[in-house]
Order: sequence, then C-alpha cells, then structure tokens
Amino acid sequence: MSLLDVRGLRVSYDNADAVKDLSFTLQAGETLALVGESGCGKSTTALALMGLLPDNAQLGGQVLFEGQDLLSIAPRQMRQLQGNALGMIFQDPLSSLNPVLTLGEQVAENLLAHTDLTRRQAWKRAEELFALVQLPRPAAHLREYPQHLSGGQRQRVVIAMAIACQPRLLIADEPTTALDVSVQAQILELLARLRGELGMGLLLITHDLGVVGQHADRVIVMHDGHALESQPTRALIDRPQHPYSRGLLQASLGAEHDQHYLNNRLAEINIERQPGQATRYSVNSSHYGPGRKPRAPAGNPALLKVSDLTTGYGDSTVLNRISLEVGERESVGLVGESGCGKSTLSRTLLRLLPARSGTVEFDGRDIASLAGEELLGWRRQVQMIFQDPYAALNPRHSVETILDRVQRLHGQNDPGQRQQARLAMLDAVGLARSSLARLPHQFSGGQRQRIGIARALILKPRLVICDEPVSALDVSTQAQILNLLVELREELGLSYLFISHDLSVVRYFADRILVMEQGQIVEQATPHTLWHSPRHPYTRRLLAAIPGAAAPSPPPLPVSGLRFAVGW
Amino acid sequence: MTTAVLQSAPTGYSESVWTALFRNPSALIGATMLALVLTLALLAGTLYPGDPLDMVAMPMLWPGDDPGYFLGSDSLGRDVAAGIAHGARGSLLIAASATLISVLIGGLVGALAGYHGGKLGDVLMRICEVFQTVPSFLLVIVIVAIGNPTLGIIALAIGISSWPTVARLVRAEFRTLREADFVTAARSLGFSNSAIILREILPNALAPLVVTTSILIAQAILVEAGLAFLGMSDPNQASWGAMLGSGREQIASGWYLTALPGLAIIFVVLALNLLGDGLNDALNPRLRRYIP
Repeated sequence: MSLLDVRGLRVSYDNADAVKDLSFTLQAGETLALVGESGCGKSTTALALMGLLPDNAQLGGQVLFEGQDLLSIAPRQMRQLQGNALGMIFQDPLSSLNPVLTLGEQVAENLLAHTDLTRRQAWKRAEELFALVQLPRPAAHLREYPQHLSGGQRQRVVIAMAIACQPRLLIADEPTTALDVSVQAQILELLARLRGELGMGLLLITHDLGVVGQHADRVIVMHDGHALESQPTRALIDRPQHPYSRGLLQASLGAEHDQHYLNNRLAEINIERQPGQATRYSVNSSHYGPGRKPRAPAGNPALLKVSDLTTGYGDSTVLNRISLEVGERESVGLVGESGCGKSTLSRTLLRLLPARSGTVEFDGRDIASLAGEELLGWRRQVQMIFQDPYAALNPRHSVETILDRVQRLHGQNDPGQRQQARLAMLDAVGLARSSLARLPHQFSGGQRQRIGIARALILKPRLVICDEPVSALDVSTQAQILNLLVELREELGLSYLFISHDLSVVRYFADRILVMEQGQIVEQATPHTLWHSPRHPYTRRLLAAIPGAAAPSPPPLPVSGLRFAVGW
Repeated sequence: MTTAVLQSAPTGYSESVWTALFRNPSALIGATMLALVLTLALLAGTLYPGDPLDMVAMPMLWPGDDPGYFLGSDSLGRDVAAGIAHGARGSLLIAASATLISVLIGGLVGALAGYHGGKLGDVLMRICEVFQTVPSFLLVIVIVAIGNPTLGIIALAIGISSWPTVARLVRAEFRTLREADFVTAARSLGFSNSAIILREILPNALAPLVVTTSILIAQAILVEAGLAFLGMSDPNQASWGAMLGSGREQIASGWYLTALPGLAIIFVVLALNLLGDGLNDALNPRLRRYIP
C-alpha cells in the first residue's frame, strides 16, 4: 500500500476549478515534487491534503493516506493527524511562527497536543529537535523569540515543528522561496537528510525546477489545475514529453545553463486557451531572427561613473567606498544577497538618498550638483524598474493616468502627442492598446511589470536601473520580460544596471557582473570568467549555492540528531 | 518590435465609484435616509414658517391628539414636529462644519507628520497628544463657555476637540504609503512633494478617511446634542439635543418628548454609518465590479 494515494482529486471554488482530476501516489521515503507556476493549483493541492482549505471549497475524489480517505474522515480525526502524522512547512518563515511565544513554547505545544510527554520531556525533545535541524545553540534558542533568528534559522525551527511528532508525510510548500540562495541550499539539504532518516514521504511543492532536479525522485508538472506530465526526475529533465515542461526547462536558468542574450533569446511558452477545447501549448524559438541579433556594447564610453561612494542611514554605513561604471548601451549586473546594500545603491543612484562621500557622475556631471530644471532633465535620463509589480503601481490610477502624469510633469504639453507616445509605448512593451483604461489590479504579474517598464521608458531614458525586475515573476514570465528588456535595449539604445540576487539570471542578461558583499564590490568580471574561474571566496559560495550546482558533501551529523532519529 | 507578443489584456472596464456605490445596498439605504433628513432640514422654513420655539399650542399634546400638531407639543406648548424639522437644520449644520474643520486640521497635520516624519513629525504628534489627553467633551464645554454659544463657536469647538483622531489615522496611512514602491517611483520621476501627497498617497488613504469622516459627523451630532442637553448650546436655535434636555423632565408623563428627538438622532447616525460602510467598499478599486 502506498503512503499516499490521491485518486481523481478535484477542488473548485464557486464552480471555478482549481484542481482538476489529479491522481498520484507517494511511497514512504520518497520525494515527489509538484512543480508549476503561480495559480496552477499546487498549493491548493497541498492544502486539500492537509484539510486546510476554506469552507467554500468543494472537494471531490479520494485522498488515501495509509488507506484512510482524508476527505471523508471526521474533523476530529483529521485534527489528530494534522501536525502528527501529517506535517507541513509553509513558505514564509517570518509569518509561520508566532512572534509573542518563545520557540520552545511553540515546539512543545505541538508535542503536548499529540503525545503524552510531560512538559519537561517536551522541552527536552524540542531541544533535541533543534539539534537535529542543526540550529547553532539548541538549548539557548528554546528561550528566544522568532525575531532573534535569521530567516534560514527560522525556517529550521518551522521544520523542527513539522517533524516534531515524526510525521509519515511531510508537505513542504515552497520551503525555500523566501530565503537567500546560500541558505536555500542548506535547507533543502536538511530536508533531504531528514526524509532519509525518518523515512518520511516528502511532497515538495515548488516553482523552481532547479530545486526539483536535485532533490526529487519523481516530478509532476502542473498547469491550470491539470497534471500535464509525471516522470522520474532525471527522465523529465533529459526528455520532457509535454511542450509546457519543455518550455519551463528551457526558460528556467539553472546552474548549468550557458545561455547569453548575445547568442540566443530565452524560450517562451505560448498558451492558447479556447473555451470548450483543450488548452494548446507551444514553445517559441529561442533563436534571433535574421538581423535581430543584439550587438555587443564593447568599448563604449562610461555613461555612469561612481567613485568611492559611501552612504548609509543614521549611524550605520551601508555602502562602503563603492566604485563602478556603466557604459553606453551596456548591461551591468550587480549580484548580492539580501542586506548587502543593493537597494541602497539604487536609491543613491536615483538621488533619493544623499551620498556621504564620493561622487556619482552621469554623462560627466556630478548629480549632486544638479538642481531645479537641470535635476528634472537628469531624472528623465535615469529611470528605475521595480521588483514588485504589485507595489510599484498606484492601485488607484489607470494605466493612462500613470503614464500621462509622467509625461505632463516632463513638459509634454500636446495631448495628442502624449496619446500617440503612450500607444507606441504599449506596443513596444507588448501590451494591448485597450489597457490604457484599466487599473493595475486587473493585470497579471507579468503584465504589471510591463506597465512598470512602460512608465520607466516613456521618457526615453538612457540608463535604466532594474532592481530585481524578474524575481517576483514566474519562470515563463521571467523569460518574456528578459527578452523584452533585451529588445528594448536594442531599440532604444538603453544602458542597464541590473540588480539581482539570482546569479543565473544575471549570467544570461549582463555584459559584465559585479559581485557585492556587505556594501562592498568584491569581484568584477564577465559572465563567462565569473562562472568558470571565480576569484573571491564569496563568489564561489554564491555559485555553489545555486540549485542544481554540484553540491558539496553534507557536513557530518551531530550525534544527538542520530540518537533522536532512532528514539521513541 | 515585431517579435513582442501582444499580451491579451482585459477588454472590459471598471465601473465608476458612483455605480459601485449605488449597487451597494447599505450605501443606498444610508444615502436615502440622509437625503430624507436633508430635505426635511431644507424645507423646515417652508413647512413650519415662524420660530419653532414659539408657544403655539396647548401644552403636553400627545402625538395624534391634534391633527394640526401631529407629533404633539411639549410642556410649553411648542410644536414638536417643527422642533424636529428645524433641529435637523441646526444639528446637521453644526456637525458638517465641525467635521470639515476637524478633517482639514487633522488631514494637514497627519499628512505632514506622516510624510516628512523626523522632528517636524514628532512636534506635531506631541501637540496632537496634548489635545488627546484632555477629555474631548470637556474641551468643547470649556471653549463654548469661554466664547458665546453661537453655531460657529460650537462647530469650531467640536472640530478642535476631534481633529487628533483624523491626524493619527492620516499619519499612520501616510507612513505606510510613503515607503511604497510607487511613491519611490514618483520621487525618482521628479514629482514634487505636494504632487506626491495629493495625487499618489491621498487617494490611497481616502477609504479609511471617508469612513472616519462619516463617524465623526455622527459623533458631532451627539456632542452637540449633549451640549444642548446641558443647556450650553445656542438658546435661540432649535436643536434635537435641546429638545431631549427639556423633554427629560416629563419623561414619566410624556416619554414621546425624549423618544422623538432621540429617534431622529439615531436615524441620522445610522444613515451616516451605513453610508460610510458603503463608501469604504466603493472606494476600494479591487471590490469594484468589472464589466467585460
């Protein structure tokens, strides 16, 4: 008998299907990955298995867990399984821990609810669990609050809670999406090891094919609530059968990719939905058409020149003597983990934050000396694209208002010309002309990012600062946006400063890469050189942490962990 | 740019705020109730010409006793119906002007403190706290006692006592929105501070502000009623609170004298609350219906 046997699972809300006829099995000790982009139904599936769907969800089919149908058992029985035989890890470690309880109380609470341990024994067990998930100071952490720990450590606590009662099935819903790359690798490593030691079945839900390649035995690719393909991981990666899986694999930039925008476009997935018919999938060619190949920007004079820039907030120094250049028509990638000062840099370059010392020169002029009309004229030439397309657009303004306000501010007085320019810009970023009258929330994430790009480009800038422009987007949308940015650069002669935490994206997009650590630039090289002969240890660490990279052997287990694993 | 794939954009449009408002049952009921009271206030002079404080009838007529005075008369023989109609005028006028004063002061202080923060924000918030530490009804009584109890002074007093609520709310909204990416975008595009405050931030802070405003109006009516009840309101002006105050002495023999103006106050306050609720939904672009 399989540990988990899902037969024809259907979930719908108000007659709109979220999951349609999904069937799969999961054996004990196996890792099964559900892969898909946002809205494909993967998280809904996880919530359905855990019995956590809201009341207005209608369920159908069977979910057999050790032969028992989870969809038809009484709520009381279900509660006994939740957190006990069924463990779940959520995406955001910041919000899945209660900020007013100590970590020890939270873990012990779960143990007290499901086992007959005394309070003292539960705390002891919690300490063992913390050692098992390799938290640095197990005994001390018990009395700490969630905010004392880093994101990665918090996710370890969440994992410790999920495995506290030795679940037989562990569901991990995007367990590493909110974490930095180097932390992500450690957490995945930990999950893989725990699965082996505790003999759990692991259902890994993710949008990231890199994660899947390394850690899953089998993969199910989902889209629109359907399972499109189910295969052993190796087979899927080597020989994807379905065009959608093929497109996802081509569009995602894992550790092993050798793509660069000068050589090829990223593959885009086309999805045609027609009422009454099956959805049709196809993959766009990743070759440039004749004459459309981008030209390398080699040897252009510097447009932006930053020398010895130091800045910070209050008493803390965030940027420490940074120097960099961006040439005319060049794409410069800036890579670093969260908190390294990337966003502070972009704010300083936009003159939203004053420099403490050092200079920022644009086209030969120190931007600190600009004022009045000159400042406005300079702002026209430097624009920014933001990370979160949801937050970057005023929810109360239509697309037309968003663009028109910018145009009028910058002295475009003829309404007819403004309208012409707006329509041309919508064409350029690939949005329908009818979009003008809509409000931002009526668009998908990728479309919103296109609106953000249109706003940045409507003034015909020369330098565009892209602050993580694709990290909030799905893989296939990411490919579309990156292709668009490359095209626009050719069309409009733009220079990019492309800030990202994702080395593989930067490798595709940049002509030159800067690596930033704690407010300093530690290495600077072309993508090829950086990939094949990184010099700085931090760069090497970043490279090794990309999912799918040849993983270093895991550190030896602490003895206490082993003792626990064969414990009660 | 022939290679760019046109994204299939939605082809419909959002309904307007007005359409959304009139689709909302609670807003519709609230607006209708309020319209009724406004009509009554406007027509008070035509329906009941002459001073509503004049003694015109037999004292203590019960409603229905005399068809000429269908809501009865009080212990001095004043027409209750005329008092309610003219009282609507006074109560609404004071409430509306008091709220206007309160929103203007509170909005300005809150916006400045929230957007700029720093020392200016600290000073403004300390001033705000000074006002909040004094019980607001007491403050109104003190101001009215110092000046003359005219409509203007009473409105000013109520406005001054209630602006800190607005200022705190506006400040909190502005502090959150100030950090939003679309505000950073506006700053990087070169928009001035006033353009950002008025066009980017304010529309997003409007929903809670409008709801608070409707509650403030209701509160102002209650405060004015309280003042009149204590006999501190304009003695030459008919008002629901004054009617409550004078009817209180006859509550055993003629309870209708307190019940009728009380019902009028409940009616208006309920109308404003319903309308505020509906406005909150209608002003949220996400809740507006989408017409394909």
